[in-house]
Amino acid sequence: MNIVVCIKQVPATTEVKINPETNTLVREGVESIINPFDMYAIEEGLRIKEKVGGIVTVLTMGPPQAETALKEAISLGCDEAVLVSDRAFAGSDTLATAYTLARSIKKIDDFDLIICGKQAIDGDTAQVGPGISEELNIPCVTYVKKIEKIEDDKICVERMMEEGYAVIQLPIPCLITVVKEINEPRLPSLRGMMKAKKAQITILNAADIAAENNRIGQVGSPTLVSKIFAPPFKGEGEMILGDVGEQVEKLVNKLKETKVI
Amino acid sequence: MNYFLSEEQQMIKELAKKIAEEKMKPVREKYDENGEFPWEIVEALADADLCGLYIPEEYGGFGGGVLELCLCVEELCKIDGGIALCVAATALATFPLLLFGTEEQKKKFLPDIASGKKIAAFAVTEANAGSDAAGIQTTARKEGDFYILNGTKCFITNGGEAEIYVIIAMTNKGKGARGASAFIVEKDTPGFSFGKKENKMGIRASSTRELVFNECKIPKENLISREGQGFIITMKTFDASRPGVAAQALGIAAGALEDAVKYSRERIQFGRPICSFQAVQHMLADMATKVEAARALIYATARTIDNDPKARATKCSAMSKLFASDVAMEVTTNAVQVYGGYGYMREYPMEKRMRDAKITQIYEGTNQIQRDEIALALIKESARSK
Repeated sequence: MNIVVCIKQVPATTEVKINPETNTLVREGVESIINPFDMYAIEEGLRIKEKVGGIVTVLTMGPPQAETALKEAISLGCDEAVLVSDRAFAGSDTLATAYTLARSIKKIDDFDLIICGKQAIDGDTAQVGPGISEELNIPCVTYVKKIEKIEDDKICVERMMEEGYAVIQLPIPCLITVVKEINEPRLPSLRGMMKAKKAQITILNAADIAAENNRIGQVGSPTLVSKIFAPPFKGEGEMILGDVGEQVEKLVNKLKETKVI
Repeated sequence: MNYFLSEEQQMIKELAKKIAEEKMKPVREKYDENGEFPWEIVEALADADLCGLYIPEEYGGFGGGVLELCLCVEELCKIDGGIALCVAATALATFPLLLFGTEEQKKKFLPDIASGKKIAAFAVTEANAGSDAAGIQTTARKEGDFYILNGTKCFITNGGEAEIYVIIAMTNKGKGARGASAFIVEKDTPGFSFGKKENKMGIRASSTRELVFNECKIPKENLISREGQGFIITMKTFDASRPGVAAQALGIAAGALEDAVKYSRERIQFGRPICSFQAVQHMLADMATKVEAARALIYATARTIDNDPKARATKCSAMSKLFASDVAMEVTTNAVQVYGGYGYMREYPMEKRMRDAKITQIYEGTNQIQRDEIALALIKESARSK
């Protein structure tokens, strides 16, 4: 089974700063990590490999320093790593990113299963996974919480729903995005870290993947971010304490005070 | 301070820290409370390739030495000084094999230890033979191609959980210390059973048990080195293993220091953080200085041993263990003091460090025995130089 796991390097913080002029993320001075949801994708890829054999290729689009993320993936047990990197990709939105990654996956050749995390913690769009499947014209199931069965030509997964889950069978090749319920990601091993240190990362540029110029980078990105703002801070809540009678009385008074009732 | 660690040694530290933070920290309170054996952590350490750091590559290990072991133990003990013992005590039992084992013995036992599939235990202590190892009463008598073991060992770390045991028993009682020999005994050997499980003050995640031998028959191939070598094997094993105990003490102390500094910056009294008071500052300064001195001594000792594993390192090894364990006791006591009343409560991980630290002054030779050994080495050196 040839498994491709798509990952993204993201800032290791939830306090994301935005450049007010370009409306893009400020990455300088912030430590970078593999998007936490992508760690579940890597783990699931490795588990499938351990069960049915095959290779796991980890793929990312990003600046040269994204190599660190790929090396970390290798230290966990991934076999191959591909970095798609080119100045021409700068400013890509989710559509251009999905296109670029899809072109790269075609270049990687035979693939059976593509696994992505459900979304990245910086942009939170959850669009790139489904976008890739659209570009490659293969089926896609998002929010997978369990792989029930995997065979050479089909895979059966549980897709998380608001209540309960759906069991879906889809043919291979296909793409799934996974949620954190699917597994517990492993930690690296010493041998893995040694291997990662020496690993050769394949680097692909726009020409290598024969990308159409008008579909990549800023030009290929129709998304227009008109404004980014932090939602107004909600004041601290107030705990109403005491026995039930007192609590009810205090609550009713509060509601009257604020003219809710 | 820069200890000029290699890239690989840095990796070991980084990885051990990760495991300690992510795997051990969430469960340390549970294991301290219930005293169960932390197999899930043994598995995590095995998956990370950290069980065989000091074992040569040809036997499935990483090919490092005592320093690699110490770096790993230190990082693990910053978070929990008890759980990490599963590795440190296994190393103690592995050194006799590494130093004195035959090729067959090494091939048979080391790969499973290196992979973390099996853990090991070393048994010298008996009810009436602690510091005075020559008082051992467990016997091994030869019968054809076998040795028959009889006797009881006590306070054995990893006892009951380990698969591989190195036992010191008397093959010739009349010869005193020179009549002791070392044997490998596997779990489930008929005649080998486990007795009382100790309920301890600290290192409660570590199993400490009695080993009982009743006409326990083992193949003669399980003798390590020759008959009568048991005492020498024990001494040389301690030379190699004591830096590991020292690293355990160092980790406990360093973890306590780190938390104490953090806490002193957060705890507000008299309208300001307590780290702004000189009384607290000076305590922290002394703690940090001693921790760093212990670290320097341990790393230098470990490097000395790794540089020439055959040379006797008794003096520096004993110094490391003595100094680091005394530092650990003092630093954890003072860290509890910095935490004040909260430090005394089980809710915070500080009082546990104080409980865990105490054993490092006692086992693998009490600190009084360490001082004896250091003094003896000094006198010998002086006599030789004349």
